[in-house]
Amino acid sequence: MQLDIKKITKSNGFSAFTSALLAIGLGLVCGFLVMLGASPENSLYGFQTLLFGGMTRLGDVVYYATPIIMTGLAVGFAFKMGLFNIGASGQYTMGMFFAMYVGFMFKPPESIHWLLCMLAGLVGGILWGFIPGFFKALLNVNEVITSIMFNYIGMYLVDMLITKNSTMYISIKARTAYLPASAQMPSLGIRNSGANISFIIALLIAVILFIVLEMTIFGYELKATGYNKHASIYAGMNGKRNIILTMMIAGGLAGLGGAFYILSPSTIPGASMTYEPINVIASNGFTGIAVALLGSSNPLGIIFSGLFISYIQRSGSLVELYGYKPEIIDIVIAVIIYFSAFARLMGMAIPRLFKGKKSRHSESHDDASEPDNPPEGPGEEIPASDNPAVEASGEGA
Amino acid sequence: MDTLYFLVQNTLPVAIPLLLVALGGMFSERSGVINIALEGIMLFGAYFGCLFVYSLQGSALSAQLILVLAMLVAAISGFLYSLLLSFAAINMKSDQTITGTALNMLIPAVILLFSKMKFNSDGVTTNVPFYVRKIPVLGDIPVIGQLFFQNTYITIYIGFVLFLISTIVLYKTRFGLRLRACGEHPHAADSVGVNVKKMRYAGVSISGILGGIGGFFYAVGVMDGNTNGHTGVAGFGFLALAVMIFGQWKPGRIFLAALFFAFLRMLSRSIALIPFLYNLGIDNTFYKILPYLVTMIVLAFTSKHSRAPKAEGIPFDPGAR
Repeated sequence: MQLDIKKITKSNGFSAFTSALLAIGLGLVCGFLVMLGASPENSLYGFQTLLFGGMTRLGDVVYYATPIIMTGLAVGFAFKMGLFNIGASGQYTMGMFFAMYVGFMFKPPESIHWLLCMLAGLVGGILWGFIPGFFKALLNVNEVITSIMFNYIGMYLVDMLITKNSTMYISIKARTAYLPASAQMPSLGIRNSGANISFIIALLIAVILFIVLEMTIFGYELKATGYNKHASIYAGMNGKRNIILTMMIAGGLAGLGGAFYILSPSTIPGASMTYEPINVIASNGFTGIAVALLGSSNPLGIIFSGLFISYIQRSGSLVELYGYKPEIIDIVIAVIIYFSAFARLMGMAIPRLFKGKKSRHSESHDDASEPDNPPEGPGEEIPASDNPAVEASGEGA
Repeated sequence: MDTLYFLVQNTLPVAIPLLLVALGGMFSERSGVINIALEGIMLFGAYFGCLFVYSLQGSALSAQLILVLAMLVAAISGFLYSLLLSFAAINMKSDQTITGTALNMLIPAVILLFSKMKFNSDGVTTNVPFYVRKIPVLGDIPVIGQLFFQNTYITIYIGFVLFLISTIVLYKTRFGLRLRACGEHPHAADSVGVNVKKMRYAGVSISGILGGIGGFFYAVGVMDGNTNGHTGVAGFGFLALAVMIFGQWKPGRIFLAALFFAFLRMLSRSIALIPFLYNLGIDNTFYKILPYLVTMIVLAFTSKHSRAPKAEGIPFDPGAR
């Protein structure tokens, strides 16, 4: 029994899981503190809604989870290779535009229209993912800077192309027309839910990615490059080709996310299948970073973290009942990312905590277990990391 | 000639925030910490600076005095916000890029939340006239007076002074030398008794101060004294990073790069006022894209021989070889 616990607590997956939980917990605590600062009297009800509100809208949770699972996969896949794909936002926007373009401008047989739109989104994303990959591999430009620049370039470009196109854009309404019904993703037929086939496709893609990463040579090379770039080059792997390929795949995933987003009809009539070009960077791309980090870049983990983030986003849309604003969720997500960045360190502290308790237990009431802990023991780690959380919300107030 | 005056007068208030924030990024990276959170730090400084102005507007204080006081507030808030990055990057050895991204995402949400709840708007709107039509005496000098001392903000003079101080601190002081050593070879610095963690805290903190001031100057010079959670600082923090790389982490070059980028951006905003460019009939969006595109072209040519600090982005571990 004791052996079993040790085995589990020592495994990588457990450490990733606990650190994700820890980051989520700290994020929620922060959210609560912000609520407390903003309007103390409603904070308890507000926080309750934040935690459980999404339960009433599970269909919507799936609907909104699909795009961020895709951007999460886009970020996570690149992470595996040690690339930080902050450009998922631009790739997502590009994919959305390509899908919309095919949706409006092409008139193929109705039964395959949505499929073509989806593939167009894939192409758009691949295109926008190729650029940072190319710059990184051949010109040694940091992919973070390239991605950020191309987020802006993509956003301005798409907004311009849309406003110039009289078929797509209705200038009186300052948004695009509605996509034709043939371009819609087929629904899964769940009542009161926008859930559609795109969710199933996203799940399939995640599984395929998992297989690629775990069972193919390409996946192996990719991870090896992520662990140690120099060693992988020394071992004869083609780093440059892999960088470009990884970024193209990541871009394609984000592009599909954009396509899924624009092609999915929601339950509220008129609220979907259209786009408003207002020169703002797509936030789903950045949410993808949180999704990827929480899922520790594991494609299967990303499915769950995507569902979770979508869930608290739905809850967040309900806190307005108590006078709060949905932005509270963005705060929670940002805090989760902040702690995820060093959560590994905290995650390692938890198994130690287990061990510490065990030894304390066996030695019964004896303080001799103190030297057992390394100097930067778990007892110090966790409270110390609590400080910035308080600071962040305190400054905000 | 009038067009030239117009161009210079409109470029400088844009260039100064870019310059300050890029200098901030330089201090941080020269100490070994990648500061991608500059965008968030700017917005944080801008918001608190504007809140301060908002609380003082209507009082008897002169506009320029309010500006200076608010600048200090912005500097302090930028410093405090940067501590979050320092703590994560230096003590917790986190991934600096991810931490920076988190900080960038956090602040617009906080601003939107509180502004919506307190002011019922997306940000703070102030109405203190910071604009200076003409500086007495200096503004009467022919040509130079018209170029630099008319239709302007005092931010550009403060910014220029801060630029000079930064250059001197980086190159002519013991502190600057140690800071640079920590970014190039922290273990060598450590071996001769420099406290690397402390120096990195100092580097990030300076970038927080300059970032906060830069953000507030952006709000003053570009946004007319307003801050808004939706548009934030419109990617200026990221552009400043590009300016810093373009300037190869050297103050003098950063100064020129900031002027260049500000000029490009100013063009995109005032195309309709420049008859020559307006008549070309190019879509305005191309000018908006231009700064980002030029960044990429410049980086493509310079990155092969990049002079980036060698140890930037790598957490300092005294036990490592």
